[in-house]
Amino acid sequence: MTVSEQDAAESAPRVVSSFLEQRKEQIAQRWADAPLFRSVFTVSRDEAVEACKAVVEALSEVAVTGRLEDIAAPGFGTVRDQLGRMAATRARSGSAPAQIAAEVAGLRAPAVDLLREEFADPTAPQAQECVLTLTLLLGTLRLVVMETALDANTELIERQRQQLLEVATPVIELWEGTVAVPLIGTLDSARSQIVMESLLEAIVDQRARYAILDITGVPTVDSLVAQHLMKTVAAARLMGAECIVSGIRPAIAQTIVQLGIDLGSVLTRASLADALAYALGKQGIEMSRSDAGASAR
Amino acid sequence: MNQPLPGQPSQVPVLALGDVLLVSLQGELHDGMAEQLQHDITHRVSTSRVTGVVIDISGVDVVDSFLGRVLAEIASTARLLAARTVLAGMRPAVAITLVELGLALPGLVTALDVDRAMELLSQRGS
Repeated sequence: MTVSEQDAAESAPRVVSSFLEQRKEQIAQRWADAPLFRSVFTVSRDEAVEACKAVVEALSEVAVTGRLEDIAAPGFGTVRDQLGRMAATRARSGSAPAQIAAEVAGLRAPAVDLLREEFADPTAPQAQECVLTLTLLLGTLRLVVMETALDANTELIERQRQQLLEVATPVIELWEGTVAVPLIGTLDSARSQIVMESLLEAIVDQRARYAILDITGVPTVDSLVAQHLMKTVAAARLMGAECIVSGIRPAIAQTIVQLGIDLGSVLTRASLADALAYALGKQGIEMSRSDAGASAR
Repeated sequence: MNQPLPGQPSQVPVLALGDVLLVSLQGELHDGMAEQLQHDITHRVSTSRVTGVVIDISGVDVVDSFLGRVLAEIASTARLLAARTVLAGMRPAVAITLVELGLALPGLVTALDVDRAMELLSQRGS
């Protein structure tokens, strides 16, 4: 063999690229039976073969550019959607990321076997070089798949976080001119901001005079949570509504006192019912049991 | 201190409704205008028999610390002259900003809108 080691190293990606281009059909046929593709394209094997061909073409494109270890290589861009869809399907069916990675790694053996058959002498330096190149390329493919899978997960978590924020803060009209927010779960800055915004919007929309913040569902109150509560109370007051904090459990009341948090400027009531009674009383609304109700008792 | 733009009015109109003064702030209020307003209200309260002042800020997008202080000062001055001040129509965004800045305006009486403010003044007056 007359080509120097240097030349061989340079041409290896090109050799691999043209090999991928020529053997596209065979590789695709073998990959289509791999668990990764079979589990996604359950209906049609032809579809799986097409998908495999697209991936092989992308790999060939990346090999030509020589950016073997660059997951941002333009060639991968075209298959990213497809890989993302495959990774997402696998993740939905309960596969761990490690399992997906193992399945992508499983694509290596068939391709490398085919590549070895190309060379008369598989132990020649150029053959070794080409196998190495293909291995590198498939390693990068694995990274790309993992990246798209993680992206899909991050997106899911973000969407669920948004849903949690929306779901957890309803503003309820208890009576004409009285609104209540039942707070459930831990209050952090993002949530208390949303509580404040939706409460103020409700005060304007329903022309409320009284706003009740019920913290029965808040597990712990520390100085930060207390500060958020006081800010909300102050903002409601600036809008011309009186704010009542209700549902302080005995344990939380003790914590507040032990932490030395001054809630003196905040009107508090033990329960939501007491707070509503206070708000109704201030508006001059009286309730009494009717005769029928009294006899039923 | 920001200056009035040419073509912008340099004074805020102060309307008298019975024994209540109504001031409606619109858009951005530069510092000179705020001071002029403070002066005008104090004069009107002392020379006429006014028992209440309603300041409507529903048209104001930004309340900074200076305007916050001027509003508090107007209220304190009016109280010395036996008139109660009600701040009406603050927008939710403005309220959130003020609270985040730590300006809760503790001395001020607030109302949802001008209607509620007038109701508040007539209740306390009787």
